[in-house]
Amino acid sequence: MSSQALSQNKERFELNLGPQHPATHGVLRVKLLMDGEYVVDAEPVLGYIHRMHELMGENRTWAQYLPNMGRLDYLSALSYNLGYVELVEKMAGIEVPERAEYIRVITTEMNRISSHLLWFGAFVLDLGGFTPLLYAFDDREQILDLLEAVTGSRLTYCYFRFGGCYNDVEDDFLSGCLAFIKRLRARMPMYHNLVTKNVILRQRLEGVGPISAEMCRKYGATGPVLRGSGINYDVRKNEPYSVYPELDFDVPVYHEGDSMARYMVRMDEMDQCMRIIEQAIAKIPEGPVRAEKVPKMIKPEPGDYYHAVEAARGTFGIRAVSDGKNQAYRMKLRSPTFSNLSLYQEASKGMLLADALALMGSLDLVIPEIDR
Amino acid sequence: MNKANVIQELRALASEGMPDEPEVAAVVEQASPEGEEGAAPKKAAPPAPRKNGVLEVDYAGKGVHVDAQVKADQVVRAAQILDEAGMTLEAITGVDWINDKELEVVYDYSYTGGECFRVVVRARIPRDQANIPTISEVFPGANWHERETFDFFGIHFEGHPQLEYLLLPEDCDFHPLLKDFKGC
Repeated sequence: MSSQALSQNKERFELNLGPQHPATHGVLRVKLLMDGEYVVDAEPVLGYIHRMHELMGENRTWAQYLPNMGRLDYLSALSYNLGYVELVEKMAGIEVPERAEYIRVITTEMNRISSHLLWFGAFVLDLGGFTPLLYAFDDREQILDLLEAVTGSRLTYCYFRFGGCYNDVEDDFLSGCLAFIKRLRARMPMYHNLVTKNVILRQRLEGVGPISAEMCRKYGATGPVLRGSGINYDVRKNEPYSVYPELDFDVPVYHEGDSMARYMVRMDEMDQCMRIIEQAIAKIPEGPVRAEKVPKMIKPEPGDYYHAVEAARGTFGIRAVSDGKNQAYRMKLRSPTFSNLSLYQEASKGMLLADALALMGSLDLVIPEIDR
Repeated sequence: MNKANVIQELRALASEGMPDEPEVAAVVEQASPEGEEGAAPKKAAPPAPRKNGVLEVDYAGKGVHVDAQVKADQVVRAAQILDEAGMTLEAITGVDWINDKELEVVYDYSYTGGECFRVVVRARIPRDQANIPTISEVFPGANWHERETFDFFGIHFEGHPQLEYLLLPEDCDFHPLLKDFKGC
């Protein structure tokens, strides 16, 4: 590819971005073919943090595989916990107590806010603004403290169990969530004044890196990338699971398809997460948090099963094939940013390198989840 | 999107060249065809490969609406049918049915334009001749999914523009999700 291109145009040169580069947020390498400051071709090179999670799924019992879920997308680990336990509950026919469902929703949405806050800080950092990162991490720290109290960990959560949650939440946690929402609500206008309305940011993002709805469809992009391209698709709404149908929230959709639209989708999503948490806390019933009859040895009926949830970055799907044993015959993990990144090569063609990095930031990549 | 049309088109595709199949909607629990299955029968044997056909399955229990088994040379046309219906490709993967000496390639499609609709298309290929046409011309997103499936199963996607290792190191000589993979 490169030698041919070089012979056609001597101005072109190859540039290696990563795998150790702050803008790639992990160990992602991008092989760039440049014409001056313009990107001719950008080929992502994956696999630097590949751990073969899918093979691990085949040599662990269903329960032993649970901790792996926190190590895919470590920034929104609870969504992955939720997807996996719901799949196994679907396979084994386990009923979940209602209180546990509400706890799952509250903690998952708190986790989604913390993930978006981290993305917000890191994304603005990519664009050269250091200060917002410090504010975002200050807020995110509050969530980590709250979730640490119930889940026992700050990052790679493994909190949900088949048929419920590991333990009940205390009133301190619920009131802490409400206090946090009050705090974040008060700080959102500051974020918008400081960052969203910032003329430098707007000029870096508006009209930059357009991704059409059709391109999203052809590449299977989901989540905020898809919703920033004008498609109203959210698994929580379109394919409801847990108690989301009982909660009233909107799906933010922006039609511009540029980096700014994806930025706005995530900022608005944080507001919606807060709405969901408030309603869930108001509605949470008393009761047990673990189903009574959960078999110690789970042996689902042979066959294959699929379950999808809305993770912070898009549709996380699991396809599990059971042969009736207490281990999966095959465990396929469909991670959202894998598909979201796959459109990068096409979407970044002809962009300035600095804009291409803004585009990459707006995709919100988490490399351990891409490489699995 | 007209779901009934999609199901009908897939059904027409799957029944091509299968004149003896009277009704494809029934779950076919077929015995091993040629009796050349080498492995001893086990207590909890996986279900025998079913004949080509399109099933409407229980969404609440399985997570998909339509399960279409087609022949290997029909996967591109299946992709075209679903592309024209406005569906998106969610994932491609494989399953190693080592007792049947077959590999299964599984395509997950979903619909993001409105009401939830999930279709899974599957095709089986012999283990010692693991070739199947690429659908990356229909869905460019299939490019990486097929490369990943090549990594893990060694399945050759014919016509793929760049069938190289994606997640595994470029110099590796094994396919870890094959059931006879012993570790390295």
